[in-house]
Amino acid sequence: MSSADEAVPAFDLSTTPLREVNQALHAAGLEGEYVIENPRGAHNVAVGLDAPVKVTVNGHLGYYAAGMNQQAEVVINGNAGTGLAENMMSGTVHVTGSASQSAGATGRGGLLVIDGDAGARCGISMKGIDIVVGGDVGHMSAFMAQKGRLVVRGDAGDALGDSLYEARIYLRGTAKSLGADCVEKELRPEHLQELAGLLKAAGFEDDDPASYKRYGSARTLYHFTHENEY
Amino acid sequence: MTLTSDDRARLGLRESATFDRATIAAIQRAAETGIYDIRGWGAKRALPHFDDLLFLGASVSRYPLEGYRERCGTDVVLGARNAKYPLHLDIPVTIAGMSFGALGANAKEALGRAASATGTSTTTGDGGMTPEERGHSKTLVYQYLPNRYGMNPDDLRRADAIEIVLGQGAKPGGGGMLLGQKVSERVAGMRDLPAGIDQRSASRHPDWTGPDDLTIKINEIREITDWEKPVYVKVGASRTYYDVKLAVHAGADVVVVDGMQGGTAATQDVFIEHVGIPTLAAVPQAVQALQELGVHKKPDGVQLIVSGGIRSGADVAKALALGADAVAIGTAALIALGDNDPKYAAEYEKLGSAAGFYDQFQAGQDPAGITTQDPELQQRLDPVEGGRRVANYLRVLTMEAQTIARACGKAHVTHLEPEDMVAVSIEAAAMARVPLAGTSWIPGAGL
Repeated sequence: MSSADEAVPAFDLSTTPLREVNQALHAAGLEGEYVIENPRGAHNVAVGLDAPVKVTVNGHLGYYAAGMNQQAEVVINGNAGTGLAENMMSGTVHVTGSASQSAGATGRGGLLVIDGDAGARCGISMKGIDIVVGGDVGHMSAFMAQKGRLVVRGDAGDALGDSLYEARIYLRGTAKSLGADCVEKELRPEHLQELAGLLKAAGFEDDDPASYKRYGSARTLYHFTHENEY
Repeated sequence: MTLTSDDRARLGLRESATFDRATIAAIQRAAETGIYDIRGWGAKRALPHFDDLLFLGASVSRYPLEGYRERCGTDVVLGARNAKYPLHLDIPVTIAGMSFGALGANAKEALGRAASATGTSTTTGDGGMTPEERGHSKTLVYQYLPNRYGMNPDDLRRADAIEIVLGQGAKPGGGGMLLGQKVSERVAGMRDLPAGIDQRSASRHPDWTGPDDLTIKINEIREITDWEKPVYVKVGASRTYYDVKLAVHAGADVVVVDGMQGGTAATQDVFIEHVGIPTLAAVPQAVQALQELGVHKKPDGVQLIVSGGIRSGADVAKALALGADAVAIGTAALIALGDNDPKYAAEYEKLGSAAGFYDQFQAGQDPAGITTQDPELQQRLDPVEGGRRVANYLRVLTMEAQTIARACGKAHVTHLEPEDMVAVSIEAAAMARVPLAGTSWIPGAGL
């Protein structure tokens, strides 16, 4: 650990092994703020955090950035690779750039904000996480999404919400196509309120929630018959 | 009045080998319902198996150990390659992954108790870790599956090892389905899904695809758990030689190979019977892959766990002799718990089955109280008594394997080797790569 800034301890990933950085961030009773410099697309950075700390990463990250996060506030000033914040439990992860595929996969809680675009399968199998994407999302986003909310300020690729369960999708732009069992649903007052809260939490409070559409499950796949087998 | 087989013979009635009665019933069932048959258990067809192998006991050319006096070790260390805390098991027989959801909480607890009593490990399943199971399992392997139902970093840290599941022998390449009648409030809550719906399980992991991604995924799990725990990779047996090589390259500490006789809680019958290869054919492929990579039977190597149709200590000994470091049991453990017990014969018949044939694990009406979430049926399974029965069974498996190992002159069950065995069929000789009994012929060797 170098001490370029007395107040905020910084790890330089160009000189410090990843194992050392993650181990330090797993220390019992950890608190305060940390900075990670020169990540250069490294995988598995800041995974398994479980403390009320703020971690700022200056640069691009590879796979599974902030994976399984608990409690921590992670800010990535750059882009993130596949599986950003996968299986996140709580806390927040904020990417100022764009994210590759499977962002927020299987996440069970917390808030994931991607200022730019997200690739394919954003929110796949999500289980309670909230995801707000500033731009577009790729194909098969919210595939088999079980619980939680996916907010997309731009457009969505093919097969949005395919085979989804009880997750809610709020989309401002248009979906190239909806996946199996995904339908547009009425945007009722409670949804406008919920969406306004999510947009505010993600820093997009100027958006008009009424400009979004809501999508969810038609629930026709919930009981298996010969009519719904592909 | 139903005709007896004698009556049918007298009348000259001849059953078709192609369209036998089970086949006719399957066609009739399909025509009636319009949907394929879903069931539990593994492949029921006859396959070349461990029964087709025999041991060459010691005589003049080999020296046996004294049966009741000389020590024959059974302990095994798994995952010492990378993990700070490898597993030290007293016996080479582990309990395979079976989900809470597929099994009731009492069954999971009983399996944990049995494993703890005999110094071996048990495994979670597609549905997360229950406190009952963790509490009663000294050594618990936590499965990491495509659905990630109930997956969380706290349980990862609570686990003793982590098993990344790419497939299982009953359905390599397939996901699963937990039918709504088993999706109780508790099961649904653990899986973040509504109660009572049919739960479709994915066949692919959501955040990685090929072997290069798997390498990064394994490292992520190691980083999250601070390199403390062994990471297993489990594959259903199909292209086993290549799959094991890729799993080892990706960083697996232990590879689990599950043959097509391995059980499932719910899969299409057509999948169970027609996809995958027999356990006997898979083991030598896995061993060859490990040998070529220089990691077979080395202290810092990669261990091989074999499952799919292990029933007796002879099967255990044969799997070890072919090169496995340990085996896993699933179906056999359920039978030891009380599955298909003749005392429930009348109830099996009410369900349209029979004791010895019951495989409707998906239906949630298990008279033995094992593959069910029904509170009343589950009451029939006392986890303490069930645990005692499975522990007894595990001890018998171990003693039987020791009996064979001593007869072959081995001071440890894992010292058994292919050279100790012959095959009684050409098929088994070719698959297991041991000579046909009484010959030096290994079909396919040297090709």
